Amino acid sequence: MVAPRVAFTGRVGVLALQGDFREHIELLGSLGVEAYPVRGPSELERADAVVLPGGESTTMSLLLESSGLLGPLVARLSRGLPALGTCAGMVLLASEVLDGRADQHHLGAIDISVRRNAFGRQRESFEADLEVVGLDRPLHAVFIRAPVVERAGPGVEVLASVQMADGTVRPVVCRQGQVLVTSFHPELVGDARLHAAFLSNIPAGTRPVATGPARARKDHVRAL
Amino acid sequence: MSSTDPAEATSGHNSAAGAPAGTRATGTSLVKRGLATQLRGGVIMDVVTPEQAVVAEEAGAAAVMALERVPADIRRDGGVARMSDPALVEAIKAAVSIPVMAKARIGHFAEARVLETLGVDYIDESEVLTPADEVHHIDKWPFTVPFVCGANNLGEALRRISEGAAMVRSKGEAGTGDVKEAVRHLRQILGDIRKITQADPAERYAWAKQLQAPVELVNEVAATGELPVPLFCAGGIATPADAALVMHLGAQAVFVGSGIFKSADPPRFARAIVEATTHYQDYQIVAKVSRGLGEAMRGEESGGVVTRLSDRGW
Repeated sequence: MVAPRVAFTGRVGVLALQGDFREHIELLGSLGVEAYPVRGPSELERADAVVLPGGESTTMSLLLESSGLLGPLVARLSRGLPALGTCAGMVLLASEVLDGRADQHHLGAIDISVRRNAFGRQRESFEADLEVVGLDRPLHAVFIRAPVVERAGPGVEVLASVQMADGTVRPVVCRQGQVLVTSFHPELVGDARLHAAFLSNIPAGTRPVATGPARARKDHVRAL
Repeated sequence: MSSTDPAEATSGHNSAAGAPAGTRATGTSLVKRGLATQLRGGVIMDVVTPEQAVVAEEAGAAAVMALERVPADIRRDGGVARMSDPALVEAIKAAVSIPVMAKARIGHFAEARVLETLGVDYIDESEVLTPADEVHHIDKWPFTVPFVCGANNLGEALRRISEGAAMVRSKGEAGTGDVKEAVRHLRQILGDIRKITQADPAERYAWAKQLQAPVELVNEVAATGELPVPLFCAGGIATPADAALVMHLGAQAVFVGSGIFKSADPPRFARAIVEATTHYQDYQIVAKVSRGLGEAMRGEESGGVVTRLSDRGW
């Protein structure tokens, strides 16, 4: 698949506590973007944008706390750090998790209420083509024990929805400002268009100012 | 059965928000292997009660394996080890929100079908149970639910994948708390993969013969440098440092059987192994979570066991 080009020249930290962070790093690499794993606060500090991957949200929630990332990540997100969350990443970025564990952290970066495992168990997991607002043609989407959005706040754009077994239609791609979330896993099919859309939506002016060495690195990436 | 189920298909169409175009396919290789990919970097814990399942989930398990006895007790008790009681599997499913796996005997496709109807998220066709067929493994392709199988070496791993396994775990020697066999099996699988990436096309046919595996899969390994499905590690992991060791060797996640609930302090052991699996490259963290942990499962040296579970599988 031909990767779209993006103008974004910052660094993307991919939360690497558990789940399919490798696929996100590879996909971002295919766009010519520098992406690296984040397992601690010092790695988060260097990020101009973050990706929260698929995996188990309860596991990642616990590891966010034990690795000292929870506080710094909430603080960066509240100051406008751009974030992309897929599946478990969507659950973590939501303002409300309807059926999460009581001790599960959510980061409140996007005003949505999410229901976990909304389609059922693994035997109900599926793949399908999905129309997404802003993409030229359907995206092949893989839903693995996927969550859906049951409430999207007034500032949230719904970019794609699916029909549930009971006939209701639920959002599966949402955006609010610089935060984009998906119920499914674009990282599993090697289609980088949603990642490109996420990065293209980041205005150059609002990007956090990088430090000296980071600037040099940015120039290097731009030269590629 | 597999792939497109007309009942699942949506006539989806809604306004500007977008809708699914085309039908939904369940039980595809992408969907089956996709769940294994989500479990990477995680710990899958054996549990024998709903209460243990909750302890595992609270400690950060990425999934639980529901069974009646952990391997150490299966060894101690002897007798024929079979699929768990559906009531137990259902009670464990109801207790947690994370994926639930359960074991079927090697070749016992009827047990596997029962587990599929129970809605388990992964079936482990496992050498820990007494094999039902000494020649055939389950043909796993027709199932909607994905399978994980054990392997001692690359040939066994590729044969299981050719039968439809969507995840492979190195076997180790379950129930011993001795990590030596897990290390041996991981090194055998990954060492042969490294050699195959260096083989020329003619040599790959010889590899296929030697491994008793399809040449197409050998070629895929040669091209990608890894198995076509995620490779996890099982059998004998009892401490955070054990988990760090096998992750360094190339395991993508770990199964911990007896090691947690046979230890002195299961909630702490569980959490420590979860953290060590994530932070396996940071030995300060592995040291921190190992400190004052109490006694690990006592275990037995794997060379001394009477029944070698890892010899089961063909």
